[in-house]
Amino acid sequence: MFSFGTEYEGLAFWLPLIWSGLIAVAVAMYVIVDGFDLGVGILFKAAHNENWRDRMMFSVAPIWDGNETWLILGGGGLFAVFHVAYAVLMPALYVPIILMLIALIFRGVAFEFRFKADRSKFLWDNAFFFGSLLATFFQGMVLGAFVQGFSNDGRQFTGGTFDFLTPFSVLTGISLIFGYALLGATWCVMKTTGELEIWARRMSVRFLLLTIVAMAAVSLWVPFLGREIETRWFSWPNVAFLAPIPLVTAYVAYRLLRDLEEGRHYRPFFLAIALFLLGYLGLGVSLFPYNVPPNLTIWDTANTVSSQLFALVGFAIVLPITFAYTAYAYWVFRGKVAEEIQGGGYGYH
Amino acid sequence: MEFDALILSRIQFAFTIAFHIIFPAFTIGLASWLAALEFNWLRTGNPLYRNLFRFWVKVFAVSFGLGVVSGIVMSYQFGTNWSRFSEFTGNVLGPVIAYEVITAFFLEAAFLGIMLFGWERVGDRLHFFATCMVALGTLISAFWILSANSWMQTPDGFAIENGKAVPVDWFKIVFNPSFPLRYAHMVMGCYLTTAFAVAGMSAWMLLRHPHDAPEAKLAASRRSLSMALWFATIFVPVQIIIGDLHGLGVLKYQPTKLAAIEGNWDRMSNMPLRLFAIPDTEAETNHYEIGIPKIGSWVLTHAFDGEVPGLKEVPPEDRPPVWPVFFSFRIMVGIGFAMLGIGLWSLYLRWKGTLFTNRAFLTAAMIMTPSGFGAVLFGWFTAEIGRQPWVVYGHLRTADAVSPVSAGAVTASLLTFIVVYAFVFGFGSYYLAKLLRRGPDPVEDIRGDDIGKKPKRPFSVPDEGLDGRPGHKALPVR
Repeated sequence: MFSFGTEYEGLAFWLPLIWSGLIAVAVAMYVIVDGFDLGVGILFKAAHNENWRDRMMFSVAPIWDGNETWLILGGGGLFAVFHVAYAVLMPALYVPIILMLIALIFRGVAFEFRFKADRSKFLWDNAFFFGSLLATFFQGMVLGAFVQGFSNDGRQFTGGTFDFLTPFSVLTGISLIFGYALLGATWCVMKTTGELEIWARRMSVRFLLLTIVAMAAVSLWVPFLGREIETRWFSWPNVAFLAPIPLVTAYVAYRLLRDLEEGRHYRPFFLAIALFLLGYLGLGVSLFPYNVPPNLTIWDTANTVSSQLFALVGFAIVLPITFAYTAYAYWVFRGKVAEEIQGGGYGYH
Repeated sequence: MEFDALILSRIQFAFTIAFHIIFPAFTIGLASWLAALEFNWLRTGNPLYRNLFRFWVKVFAVSFGLGVVSGIVMSYQFGTNWSRFSEFTGNVLGPVIAYEVITAFFLEAAFLGIMLFGWERVGDRLHFFATCMVALGTLISAFWILSANSWMQTPDGFAIENGKAVPVDWFKIVFNPSFPLRYAHMVMGCYLTTAFAVAGMSAWMLLRHPHDAPEAKLAASRRSLSMALWFATIFVPVQIIIGDLHGLGVLKYQPTKLAAIEGNWDRMSNMPLRLFAIPDTEAETNHYEIGIPKIGSWVLTHAFDGEVPGLKEVPPEDRPPVWPVFFSFRIMVGIGFAMLGIGLWSLYLRWKGTLFTNRAFLTAAMIMTPSGFGAVLFGWFTAEIGRQPWVVYGHLRTADAVSPVSAGAVTASLLTFIVVYAFVFGFGSYYLAKLLRRGPDPVEDIRGDDIGKKPKRPFSVPDEGLDGRPGHKALPVR
């Protein structure tokens, strides 16, 4: 199907492939886990009362920190194995990344500050909401800018500060807000009870529909970017292999809608994740093997074989352990959040 | 001075990392302090330790949160503002930073949730394990990031191909010459920062109460103060020795930096220990110099006639700015000896039995609350400004490391960081002060016969209803 990277042999060929798989997993992990807790933040303002907000926040308080660590792994991993991509992408995305980081600061400190505040509580309610909303929006813009591609000389970025800002990247920014809100809403369905759960179901349906519309809009826009991504999808025999992706996506969306109506608790959240992964797969198909579109491949931007091997040894040993104790941390806090949370529900207050 | 992307990026990096380092410097020590408190609680069943744990863990949570969010900024700034640095060092430093993320950050983050919210759910032993894992995570994190920083100071185990550093020997890269002592010096610095912060805050809490206040109100603060001061008394001298050994490494590997630290323009033996001087970069000399003859050479080389390199041995464009390095170092050392003084004073008062009642001492301890932060910051100013004009010592100039970003973009981001950090830091300090004003729960909070016995569920009071009191039940399952 592809004829890339053929000038590389042996480890120099295989390591970048393995690493792009690993980094794809890290980014997918990030999008899913921080996606739902950012989503909870996006829904935060719409919650009807203080008790709802306490419960929503508490459902993610013990785990948000670990969720955000995947973002550091995304940045750190890129630096570790595709440093040329890191060196080109970061200056190109200077404005949206800095703004995203600032937004994350506000929502991150809100977790601690909100429960310590009395009169200033409204400040941290807003910090949590706007921080989550803007962090998501700028992440979506980064995604849009990535699909558009970056001007570069093979080593450094050569474009302008605001190249990232286009109607397309604004669209992807808004789309991601809908998508994360869907993840957050289905998370609340799973983690809460009573009126709040019923409300979360309503929100899930609303944001599911918005997410579907957004996914369709982005897909229809892509051919107009002039990147010829559409030829990859519609040429023969690719179309036969790739046709299942949109079909399965449609089915998952339908199943999710029915599950929400049938009152299921857990499955909507996992179906929302499946929807995200399908979108992500579609993106992967469109862009592989470029990690600095439109011209630099994973092989062009890879670190030396020695660096990739050194990092890989660590990942092979440590990452399974990381998954194990992260899963354990989630397991400890399984089940629905209590309806009466006093003093913010913090065990240590 | 022209405000281009280079100088603005330098200011931004200096500002954001100086802001960031405050929090790890505190939480590295606090995490171990918490582990020690919980260990004592589990060992003795004395509720004093549990109350102390529950108090200091709140302080930890606020500081750790600030450390995490300001740390994420750092992991992206290498790329956003220093992309040519990333290009040059990526093959070498990329994996080192990645190791920090996978071995430390996830460990801290996963067990932090359990440490803060999960005591009732996992039981005593697992909770203690979680606290230890958080503490271990902070130390592993410091290991990797200091290895990366040390490599920039004393690069080793690499070759340069095609204008980039490529790894040759990973052991030499990770354990580069200045790393072991820098790691020891920094971790000890963090522990002492925490010791003086804990001692100072405890002293403040004692000063707020009349010394004839009920014993129960004072016991927790007294125990904190005493434990922190024992630690400081023992380890300040150790830190001074580590610092001295670390200085020998600077003399060997970074002679120009050392010359700037000493304000030494010409290579000389029998160098005085310069206590004060105004270095003059234009005239290449010092004004108003006050020094103790020969002692400088003795401190650095452990011989009175030891030879010390001079700044004039390299052309002006290869020298760091002298006065910030010269003064930062002296401030750090000054704080270190003030700490030593507090330690000795505390020993004397212990002997006299007035440690908790001597108001002059408690006031001094309170004033020393931020001393560790000051020493850490000025130590880093010495190390990092002293490395200039290089970002990778001897191989890559800072001026050649900056990203192709516009001055306008960096001006905007720098101003935003300053405003946002001031806002967040202001509120963080305010909430911290609120916590301190409330202080640890008096031991009487445990009712009646429960004192001295270890309850099954550490956070519960015997006659507590199912709904719990504020905070006494962590996330009950429905």
